[in-house]
Amino acid sequence: MATRKTAAKPNVSAEELLGYYRDMLLIRRFEEKAGQLYGMGLIGGFCHLYIGQEAVVVGLEAAAKEGDKRITSYRDHGHMLACGMDPKGVMAELTGREGGYSKGKGGSMHMFSKEKHFYGGHGIVGAQVPLGAGLAFSDKYKGNDNVTFTYFGDGAANQGQVYETYNMAMLWDLPVIFVIENNKYAMGTSVQRATKSPSLWERGAAYGIKGEEVDGMDVLAVKAAGEKAVAHCRAGKGPYILEVMTYRYRGHSMSDPAKYRTRDEVQKIREERDAIEHVRELLLQGKHATEDDLKAIDKDIKAVVNDAAEFSKESPEPALDELWTDIYASDVPQNA
Amino acid sequence: MATEILMPALSPTMEEGTLAKWLVKEGDTVSAGDILAEIETDKATMEFEAVDEGVIGKILIAAGTEGVKVNTAIAVLVEEGESAENIQTSASSSPEAAPAQAEAADKAAPNGGSAKAAPPAAPMPDTSPDWPDGTEMKTQTVREALRDAMAEEMRAHDEVFVMGEEVAEYQGAYKITQGLLAEFGARRVIDTPITEHGFAGIGVGAAFGGLRPVVEFMTFNFAMQAIDQILNSAAKTLYMSGGQMGCPIVFRGPNGAAARVGAQHSQCYAAWYSHIPGLKVVMPYSAADAKGLLKQAIRDPNPVIFLENEILYGRSFDVPVLDDFTVPFGKAKIWREGTDVTIVSFGIGMTYALEAAERLAEDGISAEVIDLRTIRPMDTDAILASVRKTNRLVTVEEGFPQSSVGNYITSVVMQQAFDYLDAPVINLTGKDVPMPYAANLEKLALVTTDDVVEAVRKVTYR
Repeated sequence: MATRKTAAKPNVSAEELLGYYRDMLLIRRFEEKAGQLYGMGLIGGFCHLYIGQEAVVVGLEAAAKEGDKRITSYRDHGHMLACGMDPKGVMAELTGREGGYSKGKGGSMHMFSKEKHFYGGHGIVGAQVPLGAGLAFSDKYKGNDNVTFTYFGDGAANQGQVYETYNMAMLWDLPVIFVIENNKYAMGTSVQRATKSPSLWERGAAYGIKGEEVDGMDVLAVKAAGEKAVAHCRAGKGPYILEVMTYRYRGHSMSDPAKYRTRDEVQKIREERDAIEHVRELLLQGKHATEDDLKAIDKDIKAVVNDAAEFSKESPEPALDELWTDIYASDVPQNA
Repeated sequence: MATEILMPALSPTMEEGTLAKWLVKEGDTVSAGDILAEIETDKATMEFEAVDEGVIGKILIAAGTEGVKVNTAIAVLVEEGESAENIQTSASSSPEAAPAQAEAADKAAPNGGSAKAAPPAAPMPDTSPDWPDGTEMKTQTVREALRDAMAEEMRAHDEVFVMGEEVAEYQGAYKITQGLLAEFGARRVIDTPITEHGFAGIGVGAAFGGLRPVVEFMTFNFAMQAIDQILNSAAKTLYMSGGQMGCPIVFRGPNGAAARVGAQHSQCYAAWYSHIPGLKVVMPYSAADAKGLLKQAIRDPNPVIFLENEILYGRSFDVPVLDDFTVPFGKAKIWREGTDVTIVSFGIGMTYALEAAERLAEDGISAEVIDLRTIRPMDTDAILASVRKTNRLVTVEEGFPQSSVGNYITSVVMQQAFDYLDAPVINLTGKDVPMPYAANLEKLALVTTDDVVEAVRKVTYR
């Protein structure tokens, strides 16, 4: 892997850096396993993998505090693992089993956790953006200093409701961080084929929203930008936009043959820009960890993922009467 | 240890495929992410990557083989130095990949859908009065009743707030929110820009976040811009989250034809929203119901579509003077008891139903008039009990004829009271045309009292 500079001097401890390595590796191994289970027919329907984009959620979670909320699109497994949701529950939802976060009734694109303030998992491109602003609205209304991380892709960035939301979020100073995960392709359409805008975050300027571009393959750069955005929101200055430049190694979904880009393009980024390799180098070069330490982590992660896979196979399918539950709430829900 | 590499499923519908090309050969060392083969699915040619590292010990399915079933072993991966000889391969596909699902279809559905249901029990409608006898009454318009309902709930619960176009400083495009800004302030009575899709979504997000939004649409015609958020975000999330994430929200505003506003501003959405599991749909006629049902809607932990009517806003009715008056969902109201025919309606349709009943009474035809009040949940017991008595049914609504609310009522009556019917049911609806502007044509497009009288004469053969 080619050496490269980190955006800022890493102001993190060795322990934190090891934590990011572990969190990113968990997402990657989990997603590889999900791909494998999909191939075996254990996971059905749509399955959008996060491989390549791990530094985005891990960097931003490093800037979050308890109480902060997050909401995203259908490429959501990474977000769930990064905010601490149980890999077993996520994998079992992928296999449509009782032990899944939604009891098997949501699937890959629809999982939620009140406990971890994870609000989904949304399958309609861009629809999570006003929802995220609404979550931020609820926090501002209640008078606390929580922020909401609202993730969407470069594809969703062309949806009208995103700009309706920008307008109201700024008008009402909502504490929402709009995270554009720019992985360069909206399914098979490159950003350049979808817009003449030179950048996506700059569109916020039309509404008075500040923002910046971030190297999404560098977890420390993402963390630093996240901290800046969070401080802006917590200070009551309204929304902030982060356009995080990232890359997905796999197809849009499992059934995408990915003919819109060359194998070389993918390979080059994997070899030169991989976010996990980057942290691995920082750890080894800084002598924060030995090869053996990292091997031990790899082994741990593999065990966690294998346990999740086993759980997802052993957990029974939902009881048939689950078809008819959870359509209507019968009592007053507690505040999230 | 040797592991089998299985034929992958590479699309939601793939059951078998062609192993087009091997990109590795026996003896090659591979690591995770390396491309092993090209596989043709039913849709495209896909590259198939290795998940584990090892050496290709044996290729079991030759390049060019068609119709390779998913989960068939196509190659064997061995560890460095391990021999590929004497490898036992399983012949068939993995059994764990085929979950049982057939028995699901046999299970009787608790509501609707089941063809082999037992003979229906006699319907037991709730006919209790909405307020105790002797309750003091006052005259109020529907407009005032709606405002009072919101104000009372806002006084009682800080999480309740109102948002929409012109709801605050303008006091409401139809003056439904008059006075709320002065009493509750700009934090809780919020003017939005003209941006239905956006503010509906923000409302739903706020409900996920623990608030109880009342979102006003200036008219429900404009809610078409927001219908994705109403259906896909508000109505379905509780189910998709396995019961974790509810959405207590009210979407309210005028619905249906007003007068002379043309096709885009004159449509009834009762049938549309009543189609959706996860939504509750309310359409009041009287001021008392407007108040009691809106308070109930704000307290309900589910998304509620509250369909008002511009023409009814200014009408006055008796409203009970009670500290806390609510009307439960799923309980129809019998406005007039009768023996010869049942007329079922809701919202403004009740105007025509009641006028027709009055006229029919003069001719000695006794009509029972039922106001559904909530379309979903629907008090089908009230309808069935009445039809068992009168043996004839006319439904009245303003919406379009195809897939109307009346069509649904008819199917319920056919299945559960077929033997009680003495005449085919008539569904009166608006005409099957976009609403015209010209006064005479508009009148022709709407359902009228005359239509109801005529339909009743048809089903009673009088």
